[in-house]
Amino acid sequence: MTTNGKPKFAMYWAASCGGCEIAVLNIGEKILDVDANFEVAFWPVAMDAKYKDVEAMEDGAILLTLFNGGIRNEENAEIARLLRRKSQILVAFGSCACEGCIPGLANLSKPQDVLDTVYSTVSTDNPNAVRPQYHYQMPEGVIHIPTFYPVLKTLDQVVDVDYYMPGCPPESHQIAAVIDLVIKVLHGEAQLPAKGATIGAGNSTVCDDCPRARNVKLIKKFVRIQDVPELDPHLCLLEQGVPCNGPATRNGCGALCPQAGAQCIGCYGPAEGVIDYGARLITAFASVIDSNDPAEIERILDGIPDPAGQFYRFNLAGSLLRAAKPAWQGKL
Amino acid sequence: MTTENKPQEGQERIGVYVCHCGSNIAGMVDVEHVAKWAGEELKDRGVVVARDYKFMCSSLGQELIENDIKELGLTRVLVAACSPHLHEQTFRTASARAGLNPYLTELVSIREQVSWVHTDKQAATAKSKAVISGGVERVIHHEPLEPLVVPIHEATLVVGGGIAGIQAALELADAGYPVYMVEREPSIGGHMAQFDKTFPTLDCAACILTPRMVSVGMHPNIKLFTWSEVTKVDGYVGNFTVTIRKKARYVNEELCTGCGICQEKCPKKVIDEIYEAGLGYRKAVYTPFPQAVPKFPVIDRPNCTYFQKGTCKACEKFCPTNAIDFTQEDEYITVEVGNIILATGYDLFDARRVTQYGYGRLANVFTSIEFERLSNAAGPTNGEIVLRDGVTKPDAVGIIHCVGSRDRNFNNYCSVICCMQGLKFAHLVHERTGATVYNFYIDMRTAYKAYDEFYQRVLEEGTLFVRGKVAEVTDAARLPGEEGKLIIQVEDTLAGIQRRIPVDMVILSAGLEPRRDAKEVAKLFGISCSADGWFIEKHPKLDPVATMTEGIFIAGCVQGPKDIPSSVAQGAAASARVLGRIRQGHIELEPVRASVDEAKCSGCRICNNLCPFNAIIFHEDRMVTEINPALCQGCGTCVAACPAGAISGTVFSNEQIFAQIDGLLGLTLEHAFS
Ligand SMILES: Cc1cc2nc3c(=O)[nH]c(=O)nc-3n(C[C@H](O)[C@H](O)[C@H](O)COP(=O)(O)OP(=O)(O)OC[C@H]3O[C@@H](n4cnc5c(N)ncnc54)[C@H](O)[C@@H]3O)c2cc1C
Ligand code: SF4
Ligand code: SF4
Ligand code: SF4
Ligand code: SF4
Repeated sequence: MTTNGKPKFAMYWAASCGGCEIAVLNIGEKILDVDANFEVAFWPVAMDAKYKDVEAMEDGAILLTLFNGGIRNEENAEIARLLRRKSQILVAFGSCACEGCIPGLANLSKPQDVLDTVYSTVSTDNPNAVRPQYHYQMPEGVIHIPTFYPVLKTLDQVVDVDYYMPGCPPESHQIAAVIDLVIKVLHGEAQLPAKGATIGAGNSTVCDDCPRARNVKLIKKFVRIQDVPELDPHLCLLEQGVPCNGPATRNGCGALCPQAGAQCIGCYGPAEGVIDYGARLITAFASVIDSNDPAEIERILDGIPDPAGQFYRFNLAGSLLRAAKPAWQGKL
Repeated sequence: MTTENKPQEGQERIGVYVCHCGSNIAGMVDVEHVAKWAGEELKDRGVVVARDYKFMCSSLGQELIENDIKELGLTRVLVAACSPHLHEQTFRTASARAGLNPYLTELVSIREQVSWVHTDKQAATAKSKAVISGGVERVIHHEPLEPLVVPIHEATLVVGGGIAGIQAALELADAGYPVYMVEREPSIGGHMAQFDKTFPTLDCAACILTPRMVSVGMHPNIKLFTWSEVTKVDGYVGNFTVTIRKKARYVNEELCTGCGICQEKCPKKVIDEIYEAGLGYRKAVYTPFPQAVPKFPVIDRPNCTYFQKGTCKACEKFCPTNAIDFTQEDEYITVEVGNIILATGYDLFDARRVTQYGYGRLANVFTSIEFERLSNAAGPTNGEIVLRDGVTKPDAVGIIHCVGSRDRNFNNYCSVICCMQGLKFAHLVHERTGATVYNFYIDMRTAYKAYDEFYQRVLEEGTLFVRGKVAEVTDAARLPGEEGKLIIQVEDTLAGIQRRIPVDMVILSAGLEPRRDAKEVAKLFGISCSADGWFIEKHPKLDPVATMTEGIFIAGCVQGPKDIPSSVAQGAAASARVLGRIRQGHIELEPVRASVDEAKCSGCRICNNLCPFNAIIFHEDRMVTEINPALCQGCGTCVAACPAGAISGTVFSNEQIFAQIDGLLGLTLEHAFS
C-alpha cells in the first residue's frame, strides 16, 4: 500500500472553482501533519502528476482521496472512475462534489445556451467565433477534448462515494478535524464513521449555532437584505423578512453568515436525511407565511426575487429536480 | 388463485390479498392475474403468499388472512382493496385476532385510486401492480405499535342551541351525563323560534319548541351558557379543554326574576335585525322573545344610552331586585369535556344578491324569514299579513322558489326546505288573506313523509303554480292593470310562453347558507368544511354525524340544508354516538404520532405555530421543540414543515414513504409493470 511506509493521499479537482484546494491549504501547520502521515500520491493543483501514474497503481493503492468538483465532462467522469478504483476511501469533498453547487446551476440551461454564454455573448472577445471541437485534425494527428455532458452530475451520481464533506468550501477547521480523525484511525485510536456518512459537519442546522434571538415565526414579507434600512443585529433574520436559509442548512460552518449580518445561503447543504433541500425550505417558508389571503400570499412570495437561487443555489444537481427539462434532454 | 413461496432467511414474510370487491375492482382490474403476479414477481421482496378473493372484507375473506398468519407465520399483511378510510380497521383487527400486531397490516386502494377512476383495463391492471409493489415496500418498514389508551370525560359540549342542539343536549342529559350548551344569542331556540307554523303538519312552532327549551333551561344536567361563544379548544377526543367567553349581560342572573320591567322602562328602541328580521323593535335591554330561555335579558351595550352617553340607568332604577349591574365584564370559563357536538345551524341567503328580484329596493319584496315574522301571531303585526306600510292586505302574492339555490351564480345546491316552506306560505296567505297566490318553481321537491300530501292540499286550496325561473321582479308597469303593482316576469315553461304577472307582494324563498363564520368555527374545532362551507361528515352515508376529527360531531343544518325532523334526528344521532363513546370509558387512539429528534432540532421555531392541535411546545432554555404525544393527532403538518428533518411521524416515516415510492416506480423489481 505504501512506497515510503506512509499511506497514500490524493486530491483531485473536477468542475470546481479551486476554493476547496485553497481551503485545504488554509489549514495552516496541520498541513505538516498531512505530510508527516501521508505520501501525497496525486494532487494536480499542488504538484506535477500524470494520470498514467495513477493508472499504474494497484487498485486500492491510495488510502484517502478528497475529490472536489462536479462531473461536467467525460474527463471528470473518467478520473472519478479511476480514483474510485484506486482509492480505499473516496470523499466527495465540498459542495460541488456533494451536490453540484454553483456549476450545477447550469443545469437550468440547455448545453447549447451554456456554450453560447461562454463563447458568444457581448462580453466575450471572440472575433473568430471559435467554438470547441471535440475532434480536431492537427498536423500531428487528431486530438480529442473531453465531451461536455448535457448536465452537471454530482460525484455519487457517477461513482460510489464513501463519505461526504459539505461546504463551499468546507471550513478549514472542519478539514483539520477530519484529517486528525483519519490519522487517529491510522494509529488505531479511532474508528471511521459508517459508510455514506457526512463528515466534517454538524448534525443539526445553522440556526443551532446562530446566536440571533428567535420567536414563533410569522412572516409578513420577504425582502432582500440590501433593502432593509436597518437590520436588528440580535433578531433572527428570517423574522425580519430576510430569507435566511439557516433553518434548512446543515450546521458546521459555525453560522458565519448570520453572525456577520448576512443571511445563510445554504452552502453546507441539506440536513441529515433530507433528500431535497429546496423542497424542504420551500415548505418551511410557506408554513410560516402569516396570511390566509391568496393574493397577499402571492405578494409575499414575490418578495423572493430568484426562487431557483434562493432554494437550489448549491444543491440543484443533487436535488430531486436535478435539472430543467431542456437541459436534461440536451444533446450535444 | 393462490401462490405460496418459501421466504428467504431474515426477510419479512408478507401476505398479499387482492380483493375483487364484487365487480367494483374486478370489472376493471384483472385481479386474478395481479395476485398471481404478486406471488411470482414479489417473491424476492418477501411475499410468501398472494391470494385474490371476491370480498376480502367478508368474514371468509378475513379468515383467509387469519389462517395464513397462523399457518404460514406471516409477519406482514398487505391488502389491496378499497380506501383505508373504509376498511383499514377491519383488516388490522383481523390481523390482531390472529396474533399479529395490527400496525403490521397495510391497506392500499385499488378501487378508489384505480378501478373507479380508469377505463383502460390493461393500464388499470398494471397500475394495481405498481400500487401493490409500493405497499409491499412500505409494509416491510412498518413497526409494531401499541394504541394510546386515554380515558373519556363524561361531559359533552353542545355548541348552538337551535332545535338540533337542543335535541342532542336533552338526549345526553336525560341519559344522566353532564352537558354544557353554548349559544351565541341571548336565548336558545335558533331559527325555529322565529316561525309561526311548521310544515307539513302546521304545528305551531312555539308550542312544540318552547317546552324543549324550558327542559334545557331547567335540566339539572345541563349548564347553559347563552350570550356566549367558544374561544379556544385544546386537547383531543375524551379530553378537550374548552374556553368559553361569557359576554357581559349587565344583568345579574342570580338576582333577575325575568319580570321584564327593565324592558318596559328602557327608553331606547332598537330595530331587531335578528329575531324580528328587521320588521320590529326591541329595547336596549331585551330578551329576543317572551318565551326566551333563559329568561334573563341582556343589555346591548352599543345601543344602551347609559353606556353611550353616561346617563339613563332607567332599568337599574326600576328593577325590583337590583339585578342590573353595569360593572359586569366578560368572563372566560374553561370546561373539560370528552366530546363536542356542533349544531350552529345556517344563515339565510342574502336575497339582495339577486338584484333582479329587487329585495331592499322594492318595498313589498319580502324574504322568507320576514314573512315568518309577519305571519307569526307573536310577530310585529300580530300575524296580520300586510304590505310594508303595515296596513294594506295584498290581493295577489307571488312566492319565488330557489332564490340563491340551484343557481350557478350563487349556490349550486338545493336548499331542501324552500319548496315546502313556499307551500306553507301559500297556505298561510290563503288562510289569512284570501289573496290569489302564485308559486314560481323550477322543480317541486316534496320528498319525505306527508310532504307531497301537503302539496296536494295547497293545490286544492287554489294556489296557482307556474313552472319557470323568474327573470325579474319590477315595478315598471307596461301593460294595463300593472300600475302600482310588482310585476313578475317569467317564462312559463309548461305553457311555453313568457308571462308578466302583477302582484302586490313578493316573497323570496331564500336558500340556506353556511354560517358566515363557518370557516373560522371549523378551524377552531379542527374540522373541515366543504367548498360551500358546510361541515364535512366522516362518511356521507355511513357516518353522517361524525367528523374526521375524533370526538367532534355535527348535527342539523351545519352539515347541510335540512328540515326540522332531520335536524332533530341528527341531534339524537350525534348524542347516541357520544353516549357510545362515554360508555366505553376510554378510547384507543391511533399511535400515529410525530416526534422531534432533539439532536437534530435547531430550535429555528418554524414549526412552533403550525400545529392545529397545539401539540408543539418550545423549550426556551434548551432551544428545542417537543411534541406532546397525547395532543398530537399525526396530521403531518409539522413533519412536512421542519426544514431540518428533525420531526418524523410513525407510520409515515421518510423511510416508509420513500420505500413506497421506490416500489410504485418499480425500482425494486426486475421487470416493469405491464
Ligand atoms: C323561512 C324558513 C322556514 C322554515 N320552515 C320550516 C318548517 O316549517 N318545517 C321544517 O321542518 N323546517 C323549516 N325550516 C328549516 C329549519 O329552520 C331548520 O331545519 C332548523 O331550524 C335547523 O335547526 P338547527 O338547530 O340545525 O339550526 P339553527 O336553527 O340555525 O340553530 C343554530 C343555533 O346555533 C347558534 N349559533 C350559531 N353559531 C354559533 C356559534 N359560533 N356559537 C354558539 N352558537 C351559535 C345560533 O344562534 C342558533 O341558535 C325553515 C327554514 C326557513 C329559512
Ligand atoms: S438568522 Fe438565519 S440562521 Fe439565524 S436563527 Fe434566523 S434563520 Fe436561523
Ligand atoms: S341603561 Fe341602557 S338598558 Fe338600561 S334602560 Fe337605559 S338604555 Fe335601556
Ligand atoms: S422546525 Fe424542526 S428544527 Fe425548527 S424548531 Fe421545529 S423541530 Fe426544531
Ligand atoms: S403531526 Fe405535528 S402538526 Fe400534526 S398534530 Fe402532530 S405535532 Fe401537531
